[in-house]
Amino acid sequence: MNIASSSQAPVVGTPVATHAGVSTVGLSEKVSIRNLEFFYGDARALKNINLSLYANKTTAFIGPSGCGKSTLLRILNRMYDLYPGQRATGEVMFDGENLLDAGMDINLLRARIGMVFQKPTPFPMSIYENIAFGIRLYERLPRAEVDARVEQALRRAALWDEVKDKLGASGLGLSGGQQQRLCIARTVAVKPEVILFDEPCSALDPISTAKIEELIDELKQDYTIVIVTHNMQQAARVSDFTAFMYLGELIEFGVTEKIFTAPDDKRTQAYITGRFG
Amino acid sequence: MAASRANALYVRRRFRNGIARSLAYAAAAFGLGWLVLILAVLLFNGIGGLSLAVFTQDTPPPGSDGGLLNAIVGSIAMTILAILIGTPIGILAGTYMAEYGRHEKLTMIVRFINDILLSAPSIVVGLFIYEIMVAPMGHFSGYAGAVALAVIVIPVVVRTTEDMLRLVPDTLREAAASIGLPRAHMIVRVAYRAARAGIVTGILLAVARVSGETAPLLFTALNNQFFSLNMNAPMPSLPVVIFQFALSPYEEWQKLAWTGALLITFTVLALSILARSLTARRT
Ligand SMILES: Nc1ncnc2c1ncn2[C@@H]1O[C@H](COP(=O)(O)OP(=O)(O)OP(=O)(O)O)[C@@H](O)[C@H]1O
Ligand SMILES: [Mg+2]
Repeated sequence: MNIASSSQAPVVGTPVATHAGVSTVGLSEKVSIRNLEFFYGDARALKNINLSLYANKTTAFIGPSGCGKSTLLRILNRMYDLYPGQRATGEVMFDGENLLDAGMDINLLRARIGMVFQKPTPFPMSIYENIAFGIRLYERLPRAEVDARVEQALRRAALWDEVKDKLGASGLGLSGGQQQRLCIARTVAVKPEVILFDEPCSALDPISTAKIEELIDELKQDYTIVIVTHNMQQAARVSDFTAFMYLGELIEFGVTEKIFTAPDDKRTQAYITGRFG
Repeated sequence: MAASRANALYVRRRFRNGIARSLAYAAAAFGLGWLVLILAVLLFNGIGGLSLAVFTQDTPPPGSDGGLLNAIVGSIAMTILAILIGTPIGILAGTYMAEYGRHEKLTMIVRFINDILLSAPSIVVGLFIYEIMVAPMGHFSGYAGAVALAVIVIPVVVRTTEDMLRLVPDTLREAAASIGLPRAHMIVRVAYRAARAGIVTGILLAVARVSGETAPLLFTALNNQFFSLNMNAPMPSLPVVIFQFALSPYEEWQKLAWTGALLITFTVLALSILARSLTARRT
């Protein structure tokens, strides 16, 4: 259902402008990655990546294990900065600024580009505090307003009904799926523009997975979304665009429907049909 | 045929297992036995002297009755000051090692030196503080005693703080960073919170460790027969009083020494149990 609706935007109208085979009519570029290379020490993990992330669209990164999906994702919020010896070269333009610039305020950047991790990572504090914490970081609000924002974020993450009576309980006491939705609520509460998901469902059961996928689909209205996944069906279900990576290179990027039905590259074809990876 | 061979093998293995298990049990019993014996002797000799007077009267002159009030208060005062000095330094150093300097060479060097300090004979600490504080000041003092104890507190707290912070998963640090939390906030609001029980345990263990130390105090705080809250003067402490009284020929003093030993032992025991129960809770 999602593929049908998502593929409409780029296909409708005559494709006057194209990039990497994608019609860009009606799309606005949120993040633009140009000539990006990434190094773990001396080892090059990404080679010459060129890719656009479109506003209010979901882009999936797929590819075999170790191909650099997480590496690419973690460049977008400069998470690699936490570790010495890791560096990126090239350009990642975000609202007219190269976010790789040394002068970039990383904390402000991360408030604008949020991230949800593979394993749920609630903070060791109450459910309420898990969310209020991030809000108070950048905004000084009266208590009632923080309360409202916490509720709004929890509703957004489809968690409110399950936790509204125990907001003071520890976030660590929730189930894995609830914890992951708490993390999504925490990310949303900071009001980012882009949300990065790194295999957000790989530690979850099918029902929780379905809930999260539904959420991602809704979040798209307000945010630009990037998701790394090993699950082909998931990529097909939730994304509008798909980037297939292999051995640190971007092999193919395009509308999800096309990547999954008529890919240009033989390696993409082999991967999506399960012949390697 | 095959079954019987497996059986013989199994019997032999079970026999060996039995021997190994008996040896392990015997060794455990041997170690525990001494501990129980020490506690029993301590209880037997010390409990008789336990009375209200122990907590309300000062150490007596030879040949008369009295209590341990001045020694207890001196011990508490010096321990508190030692913790106040040693804990912040220890926590900050441990934080540097686990958070900021994780990949630095300095961290390895500090850890190595800290481990030496951790097992350094405490008499060396006493002599060191004697040289740098008592000698220049010209007299023994409670301050010197507290600093000597602080030198013993620091490596314990450094070690536990670093270990406990290292147990905090990097994913939690990344999650904190991912909402734009600056590093210092992440450490204080997230990492410390996750490691809190462990860090508090380290401080409790440090208290337990210094509350029985005698050698560093002999060279620094020395002793005082009278009640004193002046930390700039010689100060009594339980371990030093025990040391002095136990070696004396006077029966009253010896009895008080047993009682003091009992007090220290049970304080340490209580602290250890508290520390244990803190770490046992959710980690
Ligand atoms: N911290 C690191 N230090 C050195 N090399 C690393 C590090 N992290 C990842 N790599 C290497 O970089 C390459 C890309 O890794 P990355 O984690 O981005 O892959 P991935 O596509 O996310 O894989 P997976 O699907 O298994 O999560 C791999 O070859 C990996 O070995
Ligand atoms: Mg990965």
